[in-house]
Amino acid sequence: MNSQQTAAQPNDDSPIIIIENMHKWYGQFHVLKDINIAVSRGERIVICGSSGSGKSTLIRCINRLEEHQRGRIVVDGIELTNDLKNIEKIRAEVGMVFQHFNLFPHLTILENLTLGPIWVRKTPRREAEENAMYYLEKVRIAEQARKFPGQLSGGQQQRVAIARSLCMKPNVMLFDEPTSALDPEMVKEVLEVMISLAQDGMTMLVVSHEMGFAKSVAHRVMFMDGGEILEQNTPEEFFNNPRHDRTKLFLSQILD
Amino acid sequence: MTSITGSGGHAGRELGPPVTSIGVIGWVRANLCNGWLNTGLTLAVLYLLWATLPPFFNWALLDGNWFTSSEQCKASEGACWSVITANIRFILFGFYPHDLQWRPLLAVVILIVLLFLSRNRRFWGRGLLYGWLLGLFAMGLLLKGGMFGLVAVDSDNWGGLPLTLLLAVFGLAAAYPFGVVLALGRQSQMPVIKAFCVVYIELIRGVPLISMLFMSSVVFPLFLPEGMTLNKILRAQVAIILFTAAYIAEVVRGGLQGMNRGQYEAAESLGLNYFQTMRLIILPQALKIVIPPSVSILISAFKDTSLVVIIALYDLLKTTQTTLTDPKWMGYSAEAYLFLALIYFLCCYAMSNYSRKLEKELDTGH
Repeated sequence: MNSQQTAAQPNDDSPIIIIENMHKWYGQFHVLKDINIAVSRGERIVICGSSGSGKSTLIRCINRLEEHQRGRIVVDGIELTNDLKNIEKIRAEVGMVFQHFNLFPHLTILENLTLGPIWVRKTPRREAEENAMYYLEKVRIAEQARKFPGQLSGGQQQRVAIARSLCMKPNVMLFDEPTSALDPEMVKEVLEVMISLAQDGMTMLVVSHEMGFAKSVAHRVMFMDGGEILEQNTPEEFFNNPRHDRTKLFLSQILD
Repeated sequence: MTSITGSGGHAGRELGPPVTSIGVIGWVRANLCNGWLNTGLTLAVLYLLWATLPPFFNWALLDGNWFTSSEQCKASEGACWSVITANIRFILFGFYPHDLQWRPLLAVVILIVLLFLSRNRRFWGRGLLYGWLLGLFAMGLLLKGGMFGLVAVDSDNWGGLPLTLLLAVFGLAAAYPFGVVLALGRQSQMPVIKAFCVVYIELIRGVPLISMLFMSSVVFPLFLPEGMTLNKILRAQVAIILFTAAYIAEVVRGGLQGMNRGQYEAAESLGLNYFQTMRLIILPQALKIVIPPSVSILISAFKDTSLVVIIALYDLLKTTQTTLTDPKWMGYSAEAYLFLALIYFLCCYAMSNYSRKLEKELDTGH
């Protein structure tokens, strides 16, 4: 029942995220150059590129953790402007998973999950807790509900972080290098959760170097370099026939 | 070969650590006598204790006078605790009318009971809040009187322990949230608010508390319209609050700066607004980090309340000093100040003890 809202709505084929001619500067440094993306509902995009290419900044612009200076970003029909009300509305619709989990260490796992629904969505506590337990089951970690984040392994913490975002019933999930801070043996458990999320039809933008994940679930792979989207294609084309030399170099470096 | 098999038989036995490294002997060896220098220092300290403790013990306890007249004290070699027992009511309650001193006593008891209940976080709730409101009303009524058949007592006659506790408890209770607000203001993106907080904090920290108390008692009334007066205790109380808040603000700012940027981002990405983020995510963590320095400030602020003597408020220190100006009891300042120190120590120790308990309770292993 709970997964109904997170599932794609195939009838509505207007893009859920539209980014047009978007530019961003850090001071004088032009970090994002003329970005144009349209993401349709249920689409899964993996964004890769070397560090400093602007890929994290790009997805952080989508929920306004970073401000863009030119161009338009429209999420689910709401344009991102300086209007705080709009920003908070979009943030509640867009889930975000961070490289370093960013769980709230002073709250239990369950409290981490119910905080957003109770305070932002005004869900009654009981309902929020039932819902939280549903998602904890889903990421297979329900038995840890009463523990604190500091008592969990990195992989478990990241799965909790995913569940925390899901509790807000988002329409889009953003992943900012979700497995980069994990020990190798924990990467798999997090990827499995992300794959099952993909199977439910969630719209996902994932900044990641997990090429196996990209091959198996992505509809599109984007390669960023120097603040531009240099190349984008289906995973088969992207991995088998990269066009740009930069892309070839990058792929040869990470796939060896 | 045989020796190998022989020792193999012993290997199965649990081998304890050598006797000299555990227990009392181990502790003494490790902490008091590891090397010539430390052994020498230990012996020197032992000699010092032997030379000072027994005479002090004799003076304070064996030869001490507890409930005697001042004449008997003069004839005796020992401590004259009678200076306290004979004047205890004046020391504790100052010029409060003698027959009515049960009222400040009761007020202090109510305050201590409420503080004690508030130590336990399980009691934090609506009941305790009502308890405090009711208790505050009762304390004010008991001290001031003028209602329900209680004779009115002018606040000029308040003094001693109730005054010290009043200034301290309400001073600290008001200064802490005010300091947190100042710290948040100093971190604010809004330039006017930020500038105001910076100027306030720097100005107040640049001025000694004594001068603020003077200003509150001498300068401030000059600005009031004619005929209007503000209670002297209230003015001192406000000065203490304003002063302490500036220090609290800087400590809390340290805690806020220690927070990971990711915590703000995680809270924001859930859609929490500024106040929710601060209240639910940032402050609970930041304030926990700064418990030890905050308690240091609160303790020193508590002791600084004794500075109100310079604007002629009869707090605990002043009543003790006044007792010592009585010709009968002159010269027993050691005993009187030891007693005073004990009261201050008990209060400060209670605070630091509570802060340690709180730190332990709030520890979630991160």
